[in-house]
Amino acid sequence: MAADNSLLLGLVEEFVSGQVDSKATETASGVKTGQFTILQLVEALGLSLTSSQPHTRGRGVQLLSQVLQECYSCLSEREVEVLIAFYENRLKDHYVITPHVLQGLKALTKCSVLPPGSAVSILRSIFQDVHVQSLMLAERSCVYNILISLMESREEELKGLGADFTFGFVQSVDGERDPRNLLLAFQVARNIIHRGYDLGKFVEELFEVTSCYFPIDFSPPPNDPHGITQEDLILSLRNVLTGTSRFAEFLLPLIIEKLDSDVQSAKVDSLQTLAACGLTYSHKELAEFLPGLWSAIRREVFQTASERVESAGLSALAALTSSLSRSVLSSDSEDSLQVFLNLVLKDCQHHLCEPDLKLVWPSTKLLQAAAGASYRASLIVSAAVIPALLEQYNNRTQCAQRRTLLEVLQGFVQPSPLSRPADGVESVLVAFQQSLCSVVFSALAESSAGLQVTATRVLTALGQQPCLLAQTDVEKAVDHLTRLILEEEDTQVSLAVVECSGSLAHLHPKAFISRMIPRLKEEILSECNAAVRLRCVTAVASVSSQLSVVQESTPVLLQVLASAHTGSCSFSVEEVSAVCISLQRIAAHARDTEEIGRFFHSNIIPRLLGLALQAALQSRDSGHSSPLTDEAVLSALVPVISTACAALQSESASRMAAQAVSLFLDGDVSFLPENAFPSQIQLLQSQAESRGPSQLVCLLMACVCSLPRSVDIPEIDRLLVQLEELICTCSHLFSYTFAAKCFAGLVNKRPAGEALDAVLERVLKRISVELENGSSSQRTQAFTLLLWVAKALLLRYHPLSTALTDKLFALLSDPELGSQAADGFCVLMSDSPDVLNRSCHADVRIMYRQRFFAENSSKLVEGFNSAEQEKKSCYLKALSHIVNNLPREVQLSELPALLPLLLEALSCPDREVQFSTLSCMQPVLLEPPEALRNQLEALFSRMLALTSSPHMKVRIASIRCVHALSRLPEHVVLPFRARVLKALAVCLDDRKRLVRNEAVAARGQWFLLGSPGGR
Amino acid sequence: MAGGTRLENANPLIFQRSGERLLTVTDEDEDVADPIDDREIFDILSKSINDPEHPLSLEELNVVEQMRVNVSDEESTVSVEFTPTIPHCSMATLIGLSIKVKLLRSLPDRFKIDVHITPGTHASEDAVNKQLADKERVAAALENSQLLEVVNQCLYTRSM
Repeated sequence: MAADNSLLLGLVEEFVSGQVDSKATETASGVKTGQFTILQLVEALGLSLTSSQPHTRGRGVQLLSQVLQECYSCLSEREVEVLIAFYENRLKDHYVITPHVLQGLKALTKCSVLPPGSAVSILRSIFQDVHVQSLMLAERSCVYNILISLMESREEELKGLGADFTFGFVQSVDGERDPRNLLLAFQVARNIIHRGYDLGKFVEELFEVTSCYFPIDFSPPPNDPHGITQEDLILSLRNVLTGTSRFAEFLLPLIIEKLDSDVQSAKVDSLQTLAACGLTYSHKELAEFLPGLWSAIRREVFQTASERVESAGLSALAALTSSLSRSVLSSDSEDSLQVFLNLVLKDCQHHLCEPDLKLVWPSTKLLQAAAGASYRASLIVSAAVIPALLEQYNNRTQCAQRRTLLEVLQGFVQPSPLSRPADGVESVLVAFQQSLCSVVFSALAESSAGLQVTATRVLTALGQQPCLLAQTDVEKAVDHLTRLILEEEDTQVSLAVVECSGSLAHLHPKAFISRMIPRLKEEILSECNAAVRLRCVTAVASVSSQLSVVQESTPVLLQVLASAHTGSCSFSVEEVSAVCISLQRIAAHARDTEEIGRFFHSNIIPRLLGLALQAALQSRDSGHSSPLTDEAVLSALVPVISTACAALQSESASRMAAQAVSLFLDGDVSFLPENAFPSQIQLLQSQAESRGPSQLVCLLMACVCSLPRSVDIPEIDRLLVQLEELICTCSHLFSYTFAAKCFAGLVNKRPAGEALDAVLERVLKRISVELENGSSSQRTQAFTLLLWVAKALLLRYHPLSTALTDKLFALLSDPELGSQAADGFCVLMSDSPDVLNRSCHADVRIMYRQRFFAENSSKLVEGFNSAEQEKKSCYLKALSHIVNNLPREVQLSELPALLPLLLEALSCPDREVQFSTLSCMQPVLLEPPEALRNQLEALFSRMLALTSSPHMKVRIASIRCVHALSRLPEHVVLPFRARVLKALAVCLDDRKRLVRNEAVAARGQWFLLGSPGGR
Repeated sequence: MAGGTRLENANPLIFQRSGERLLTVTDEDEDVADPIDDREIFDILSKSINDPEHPLSLEELNVVEQMRVNVSDEESTVSVEFTPTIPHCSMATLIGLSIKVKLLRSLPDRFKIDVHITPGTHASEDAVNKQLADKERVAAALENSQLLEVVNQCLYTRSM
């Protein structure tokens, strides 16, 4: 014990007189391990604590405080009590001691055994004896931390202090300047307000000491290690100011005053704070200030040049309105909401009658913001505004004015989430239903495109709300829409009409079945004008979202295909493809409605297969070539079938697979309609002629490669052998490419195991044999198969995929296949639209691109460096394909490593390489990584050289890159300004307008660089 | 814009914008040369210059109209007439200067640029026209960094 004692004395001595700071930690660990007690420490400190030198006393208290910070948790209640009494007493001591005393108190307040009453006494003595604002930064922060931790643990006791606590806080925070401390102080203030501490008569004082920072203007110093942003401060202050409605009488005048400020951020902050008040304030607090607030908001929205101010103003108005809508009406007072909205209406409504002038739009936005705040508000505003607008519309005759009025009206017709009527309550527009409909119909009958487009939008909005369109109105609307589809040639109008028909047809299918579809069918089958026919076909597709409509509309489209095949109507290949695209859009609804999928499986797909088969057989036997044998049409049929098959559920999916496989392997045509096929058809036999049945393999792919992964494909091994045979013997590009895709689609979904390994082993052997035989005529086919199988395996992270992609890398230096191999990397890295994508249920692992890139980029660089000069461009092309398909973040992080190669690619003479490199660099240049800064010289000289390239696309892309470079920090790019302006001046006289446009935009931006007011 | 200051013309007439220029097949054809035409110059002016008072383009305020832009690519001349929103608009010179600077920055050197006020639409038309036609005065105005700052703000396009 004695030894310990002397040890302790030694430590104390060294700390106090020897000024060795590290001894505090040693002492603390001694206390923690139980080597000495706090009591012993105090005894040992005895001399220094009673010294007549303030500095020695300070040192002593410091040691004690530091030890307490480490081991406040192992104190007993009795010890804490004594220590607190000691510390409180020390607060009265010399000022050099105070910081250490506060540290000690802070440690003690964290004790769980704080005796009752001590929290109050600590605070009393701090408020009494310490002048917080004359302390240093760290000690002030210490005081706030004491407050925060006591508020957490001793809320009840502190509340016992009553308003004295609030007053003490107000006194200690008054004049605080440091943002770190302010965040703490705001936290204390927020706790005081939100946890119901007694503010007593100090409401105004508390408001004063916090609101003096409003609106906050703070820009953190560069390299700020504390990471406090202006936003943090604004939000935490706003929390305090808007926390209680008792501040209202002080805050609202302040907001009105600050809204008059010239600083935009102050305006935005004021408006946002006002919007936040809307949540806590009620009519009582707001009433007095409503006229002032309204005129300030109005002024901002009417006059501002900034969208931020405008939208903040609108949300503030909405918040005020919704707060007024919440207040309870008393019988003797007038309806405050009504009074306020009358004010708004008085100032805004008359502007709505001047559709040519600028203020019509700000007024509309204000009124709509108010109306959107609650159902009651929308009732009041609509009642005033809608009759006036309708009247205006009928009085005005100019289309432009009518259009503006209708656009204004549109905003009032669409209910906002807050103003939507509750269930069972009717829409605010019911009263105007008749006149709204007649205005819409009259607008639809006008000849102005803009008016018609707006009318369709209003119609859509009306249709989406219950009870606003009567049955007769729906019918009238359908007739109007049908007429517009048939007659209107403006693309914008047709687009709007088709969109509106789509949304109405979803809700009112009957009217469309009985009135629109028969009419369109007639036109499609008789009309000779291709444009009208195309519009009708598009419209048919867009209205078909309900099963009942689909059952009526798809036969029309199939009839088009059938008559195109028989030649009874002359349809061009483009039209037939357009019909297929429409069918695909309808098929996409199968994802949401299972019945549509079954309908496609039982009716549409067999008929499509039947038609395609008939056409193919006919062209083989008689040489008659129907549009359905055209490759473009077949490629358009593929997505129809695959979209429908992808949505099939288990049972119909298995049936689909069985039917398709038996058709293609055994020529089983029993499920096709109009069974008039020869008995012996062999669809997977390679033929020499191009339009033969072998190209139907694309439809096989569509049927079997998009089914859910759980579906077993029957006889898959025989199918794979046949496909492989077809690929290697066929010379028709379309057929063998689709056969390879089909093969890949099946391999991708096949579960791992021996069966799959055997297939892969066989096919790889065959590919190698074909590829190594330099004189073989089938090398391209083998390469195609290699590419697609590689993709199938790469997507599912199959271990063999590396071997395959390595083969592709090796082919880059092949004299015949090099360029194809380079383009193959585009296939490998991009999503293929018809197979091996997620909507076909393919096995696609996340981030396969990044993984591929990470594993292979070095191979590419090595290959490039060792390749002969004339083959380098293949490597660059492959690289640009790979990099182009990587996600932005990866591009950014990999760019430094690849930069030399990409710069090389820019000076490569191949224009495709130039173009794809430029288009991959442009987005990266918008947020340029650090590494780029060192290469600017090389970058600028290459980019600027390309602006005079003979190819328009390259010129445009390079000017865009130069434009993007203007966003780099000014000091970095300013040295290049003169050079860029000179180079771009040449482009201003380019022969192509598209190039000139880019040059004008880029040069304008570069002129602003480094010029006053520019940036 | 300061909250307290009054705008000269707080509620001007707004005109509808013409749509984007339609892209034609010849625009994308490498072999066809497109001459610089009225619409192209009009697009440059209407898209990229903001009115100093309003967040509106000069087209929406009808300050610049396509029919008042005349371009001859062969003769290398451009003539632009602009119409101030009100006859006493104090910003007329500034708008004219902005148009002139934008054209100087956007057209090849060979063009002779003439910017003036639509006859009969401004009180001090002649004075403004004279200022805008005087090369040295324009050059001197652009040496003035405060003026250049205002002009640049008019030419600043927010989106890229």
